[in-house]
Amino acid sequence: MTKKQLSDSINNNILTYNKLTNWKKYVIISIIILFFLFLYILSFGIQSFLQQLVNGIQLGSIYALIALGYTMVYGIVRLINFAHGDLFMFGAYISYFLGNYFIAHNFHYSFIIVLILSMAFTALLGMTIERIAYRPLRFKPRLAALITALGVSLFLENFFALSADNVPFPLNKIVFGPRFLAFPALIVPKTYNLAGISINNIKILDLIITVILMILLQYIVKKTMIGKAMRAVAFNKDACLMMGININNIISITFGIGTSLAAAAGTLFALTYGQLGSPYLGIWPGLKAFIAAVLGGIGSIPGAMLGSYVMGISETFATSINSNFGYGIAFVILIVVLIFKPAGLLGKFTKEKV
Amino acid sequence: MKIIKKIINLIKKYYKFILITVLVYLLVEILNGTIPIVPRLLNRYYMQILMFALINIIMTVSLNLINGFTGQFSIGHAGFMCIGAYTSAYFTTILFKAAKMAYFPQLTLFIFSLIMGGLMAAIAGYLIGLPTLKLKGDYLAIITLAFGEIVRSIVRASDEIAAFLKQIGLVQYSETIAKISGPRGLSTIPALSKFWLVYFIAILSVIIMRNFIYSTHGRACLSIRENEVAAETMGINTTRYKIIAFSMSAFFAGVGGGLFAHVLRFIHPDNFSFIKSIDYLIYLYAGGMGSITGSILAATGLTILPEFLRVINFQQWRMVIYPLLLIILMLRKPEGIFGKREFSFLVPKRKEVN
Repeated sequence: MTKKQLSDSINNNILTYNKLTNWKKYVIISIIILFFLFLYILSFGIQSFLQQLVNGIQLGSIYALIALGYTMVYGIVRLINFAHGDLFMFGAYISYFLGNYFIAHNFHYSFIIVLILSMAFTALLGMTIERIAYRPLRFKPRLAALITALGVSLFLENFFALSADNVPFPLNKIVFGPRFLAFPALIVPKTYNLAGISINNIKILDLIITVILMILLQYIVKKTMIGKAMRAVAFNKDACLMMGININNIISITFGIGTSLAAAAGTLFALTYGQLGSPYLGIWPGLKAFIAAVLGGIGSIPGAMLGSYVMGISETFATSINSNFGYGIAFVILIVVLIFKPAGLLGKFTKEKV
Repeated sequence: MKIIKKIINLIKKYYKFILITVLVYLLVEILNGTIPIVPRLLNRYYMQILMFALINIIMTVSLNLINGFTGQFSIGHAGFMCIGAYTSAYFTTILFKAAKMAYFPQLTLFIFSLIMGGLMAAIAGYLIGLPTLKLKGDYLAIITLAFGEIVRSIVRASDEIAAFLKQIGLVQYSETIAKISGPRGLSTIPALSKFWLVYFIAILSVIIMRNFIYSTHGRACLSIRENEVAAETMGINTTRYKIIAFSMSAFFAGVGGGLFAHVLRFIHPDNFSFIKSIDYLIYLYAGGMGSITGSILAATGLTILPEFLRVINFQQWRMVIYPLLLIILMLRKPEGIFGKREFSFLVPKRKEVN
């Protein structure tokens, strides 16, 4: 087979994969979704609908930042990093301390500095965790690393929840304590009214920062040499070794980028809600974001974004009807999507060859 | 005479197993003060921990059937437990008032309610087993996780469901469902789980599991774990065996949940969250996947360890030390403490084939 024939056959395969052979299914699904939205508008009014949409997009942006980290780490080492939600928590707490410091010293542009520093610190923690807990298990059974990830997650939660009074000297400067903390107002909230819909400047900021970080991430993965190496490692580790790519460095960098995104999400989360409950706050956002990543097709970056926005919007809509309903809807959507598309919305379904 | 001979033969074959179980039981009863030889050393708190350890053995061994022996990856085991706990509590607390009954009717009712709880959980397991036709690996894990959380959020929404049923006009159903009182938790469950009963059921479940695994059907499950494609080529109906494994495991999880409800005497849907499933996953992998011995020892040890740390005045640090030990264990022995090895008395002796 010549080179041209080979590339032609590959193109053909891709085309047949993308062809909408069962377009009827998609039409029916979109009609069902539109029907539900119509029902919502009928019963609650168009204004409430738009308001919930705005809230949903804001929640979805925070989920998206966490989900991107999950998906990157999964894509490259096939590990569900359960400690990701706790790195999100760590980022939020770090920005709490930095924010208090900067406000006390009257810094300008303190929010951006806090965001970047918190991302950097959390990336360091993430890379340390990878070095200590995950690297020794890289070529061991895959589930061992999963249990270590669970252990790291439990450790981070419970360690930072220790109260500083009962902890010996060097450690009592590090722990956060189990108490409720009010997040410093790094940006003074201003509410705008657009035709009856209240939009907060923090909500706009959430969306802008998320979009900027996503574009940056997409640029890094698609256009730079590091991104190329990342994609190569995700594709085939053994071939990378032969091509002279340093797998350890690339995986370390991926963990750094993923955890820094989680830290950005943590900072935005704390800024939006203005409070930090306890060091256990990362569990549920982390789980929801993970579900969002799976919904979009785990391992795919656009999929994680899409899944997160679907999750965020559907969750706010359901919560506005009933809070318990809002909790369960995410999982119902997940099951329905996975039954129809077993690899998520944008994931590739690979057939196993013998 | 034939029967007596058979029994004697069985005792001869399994004398080690019988000896160990009886000795452990006698030891606990002596320390508990039921058999008055030494002063009572175990108070009710210790006995409760021991019962939880036994329930965790049931749960871990049943999880082992899915994760360890069939090679599927389920992380929603607490969902089955939740179904079992609520079903059996429904029979003993809401439908019949077991607290006011005489001893033997009470015991019969309790065992009946446990079996019903197990059956309900098994039906749920069957339903969850169906998507395994399509999904595998991490996607299956997420489906099971989502299942567990959906069960929990349905129980949490019991008030809304009751109100809805009342609206349609099914008043008697709505009253029973309102009695579950999901968000407030179901209390006043009679303390029917006695130590001997929990111990007996734990031993029974271990024996049944072990007999299943070394039977033809168990061999089929093992072959699915080793290589699904090869198993299918050898004429094993992989779907059927996966579903059998799921329902059987769910049955024991349901029984475990019923026992749990009657030890704790108060159940709340948040008792059966994702965090509980994670606990069982940790017990399973720490002990070693595919080893009943490992499951038993790890479930006992890791249930007692946090409480032991509490007793020796490590109150603050116990939940920090526990994950640290887990991480160190997984780094040192990635395949778990026992790997795939078993105690010799849990492995049947093969007949010599001439």
